[in-house]
Amino acid sequence: MDRRYDVVIVGAGLAGLRAAIELGEGARAAVISKVFATRSHSGAAQGGIGAAIANEEPDQWEWHMFDTVKGSDYLADQDAVEIMTRDAPNTIFELEHLGVPFNRTPDGRIAQRAFGGHTRDFGKAPVKRACYAADRTGRVILDTLWEQTLRMGVDFFDEHQVLSLIVDEGICTGVVAYELATGAVVAFHCKAVLLATGGAGKLFKTTSNAFASTGDGMALAYRAGAALEDMEFVQFHPTGIYKLGILISEAARGEGGVLRNADGDRFMERYAPVIKDLAPRDMVSRCILKEIQDGRGIGGQAFVHLDLTHLGPDVIGRKLAEIAGFAKTYAGVDVTREPIPVQPTCHYMMGGIAANADGGVMAGDSGTTLPGLFAAGECACVSVHGANRLGCNSLLDTLVFGRRAGAAVRDFIRTTPTPKPSDRFREQTESRLSRLMAADGTEKIGILMAEMQQVMMEHVSVFRQASGLQAALQKIRELRERSNRISIQDQGHCFNRNLLEAIELGHMLDLAEVVILGALDRKESRGAHWREDFPQRDDEKFLHHTMVRLSGRAPELSYRPVTITRFQPRERTY
Amino acid sequence: MDCTFAVYRFDPAVDRKGRYQRYVVPAESGDKVLDCLNRIRWEQDPTLAFRASCAHGICGSDAMVINGRVALACQKLVRDFNTANHFVIEPLPVFQVIKDLVVDLRPFFEKHRAVRPHLVTNGAHPEKERRQSAENQQFIEPALRCILCAACTASCPITRVNPNYLGPAALLRAFRYICDARDAITLERLRKLDDEDGIWGCETMWWCTEVCPKGIPVTKCLGQIKRLLKKEDSSD
Repeated sequence: MDRRYDVVIVGAGLAGLRAAIELGEGARAAVISKVFATRSHSGAAQGGIGAAIANEEPDQWEWHMFDTVKGSDYLADQDAVEIMTRDAPNTIFELEHLGVPFNRTPDGRIAQRAFGGHTRDFGKAPVKRACYAADRTGRVILDTLWEQTLRMGVDFFDEHQVLSLIVDEGICTGVVAYELATGAVVAFHCKAVLLATGGAGKLFKTTSNAFASTGDGMALAYRAGAALEDMEFVQFHPTGIYKLGILISEAARGEGGVLRNADGDRFMERYAPVIKDLAPRDMVSRCILKEIQDGRGIGGQAFVHLDLTHLGPDVIGRKLAEIAGFAKTYAGVDVTREPIPVQPTCHYMMGGIAANADGGVMAGDSGTTLPGLFAAGECACVSVHGANRLGCNSLLDTLVFGRRAGAAVRDFIRTTPTPKPSDRFREQTESRLSRLMAADGTEKIGILMAEMQQVMMEHVSVFRQASGLQAALQKIRELRERSNRISIQDQGHCFNRNLLEAIELGHMLDLAEVVILGALDRKESRGAHWREDFPQRDDEKFLHHTMVRLSGRAPELSYRPVTITRFQPRERTY
Repeated sequence: MDCTFAVYRFDPAVDRKGRYQRYVVPAESGDKVLDCLNRIRWEQDPTLAFRASCAHGICGSDAMVINGRVALACQKLVRDFNTANHFVIEPLPVFQVIKDLVVDLRPFFEKHRAVRPHLVTNGAHPEKERRQSAENQQFIEPALRCILCAACTASCPITRVNPNYLGPAALLRAFRYICDARDAITLERLRKLDDEDGIWGCETMWWCTEVCPKGIPVTKCLGQIKRLLKKEDSSD
């Protein structure tokens, strides 16, 4: 089956939906999502969205910019960070106008709270910059944007998995997708494709991410010739519920919660004397693991305590209700009386499809773009997060760059003729799918996936070193070899999750290789990338972005300089 | 320990009606029911179909009937049930089954759309945010917890006898906009609900509140709509 649109947006999270709204009612737009739109993982975002609107305390966008650059360990492109932090206040007001129900101050303005790494006056003390709706900020923004797109009449193709991008003579003119309910392969022909498919937390065993977060968009773009940028930078959020990885928002510490080790000692005071528990995530995750390594995990086990008992039921009820529920349901902990057992959990990909500030996907190192292909949100790397993202900056990223990508696409389709659709791409994908369905190997997808997640966790998570990374690379390549010998046991055409997981596994193995290659190449420690064998940051050799693209069938590394405008790299202490 | 799962199966390609299939799954008391279903799919039977995504009760994908009661599979743990480690898993009632535990939620979302679920305001937007009192925001806050999982609507006794009834989830969303002080069409919204397919379909049976996985006082929120309508009528 074939469908025709002006624009196809892949992914119905905040970036995709914000872009759809910006496109307006003049463009014929389709939103394709592997899950029903409101199930998108943006809805799991808890703590807030950062913007220097100064409703609670003096604040200015330059401070927000500085914090973001410093948080990124000076790897973010500062022109892009400036765009994001300058646009942030307007972004918040726009959301409010669309109906987002933010918590309010006593005088009826949008309330704000403190968050990790966000400071006043270039690092002097924490500042209240995060706008929030209790600890379900992502949920209410997602709902609001989705309801706005319903009003506009955007066409949704929910529960459709995109299998390939249509790139015809170097121009992207559509996607081929698989309808989960029927097994139909559908070609969407269009003038522009926007990838907004989110992250890839499922590369790792312990993650806060959803089952859907398998990096599909990144892998599709990579296979179509786009470059992936800075993929070695993977954020581990410090406070996942022990063993489960379920996120306990940084807002818990923003509201005054503290981390304690087996001695009851508030250990972050030792590592970050100025902002303590509100240090950035890369640091706090390392500190937690250091405490555990040094024998100060609770009861000698691999977790520490997040203590909220002093906050009182009122603050917890109004501002942290969701996480209190998670702690109760999954850990059996009443947060008003007992601390929560926590450990770092894979949370966010700083890297992604190399994109410019208008969503254009880069094709070469010289800044040329792949016409017709755009990317925004977590699947893209603009790069505003560099080596480590600050809390509250991901929602901001999705909305600022989702809107800009939407505007760029709107302009692009005005001047772009409707491409001539060809059946060739759908047919190619159909035969690939038939081959996959007919495979009769003995390997099991679930086992391969578990082995990948295990080896990534063991060697490619918070602490890395050459030998472990080499072992992981070898293992991933072996798994890819084995993945050619799987079989799809479900031969049906209705909600065939078995087939979908085979496709997702292929995507994740490609990405795992890119993550490891970048991590091996970067012989320094910067942000979330910590090399035990190279524990210093090395600006002379590594103040650059890592670019990986497919050359033939093999990944090829290159570098791109970092854009530095206002803030020269300095030592990063808090 | 071993848990026994009797899971509803229906494959439209081969089955004329539903059947139950038995699986034995090794599980720990702290495992989620969803973990067990995943284990069945990964280790025993890859053809079993169900929806799930976030796996911690925020995306709303995996509402189903667990031991006779509507719940999220990712929010219920093995130890939450006193059924000697026996589980009966069935799809949401009211909705048509597509395959196994997957149901067709299109009618659910059509009703959601019917309440005009977006803020309507008059005139130009202010330069910054509109003012809204903290009290007003807190008043609608329970409704903001909704994850559109359809547990309430699927459980509601009225939805079983009146297919045109909007149902608790859509009415809860209507409450969220009716009571949002920033909205400009409160009266119009109220009038639209003023019949048996709307708010008066609710007979205050509390089932929605009982099953809501987010602890939303759904029945009370719906009661606010009734109260406002009565107030309007008496002032006419």
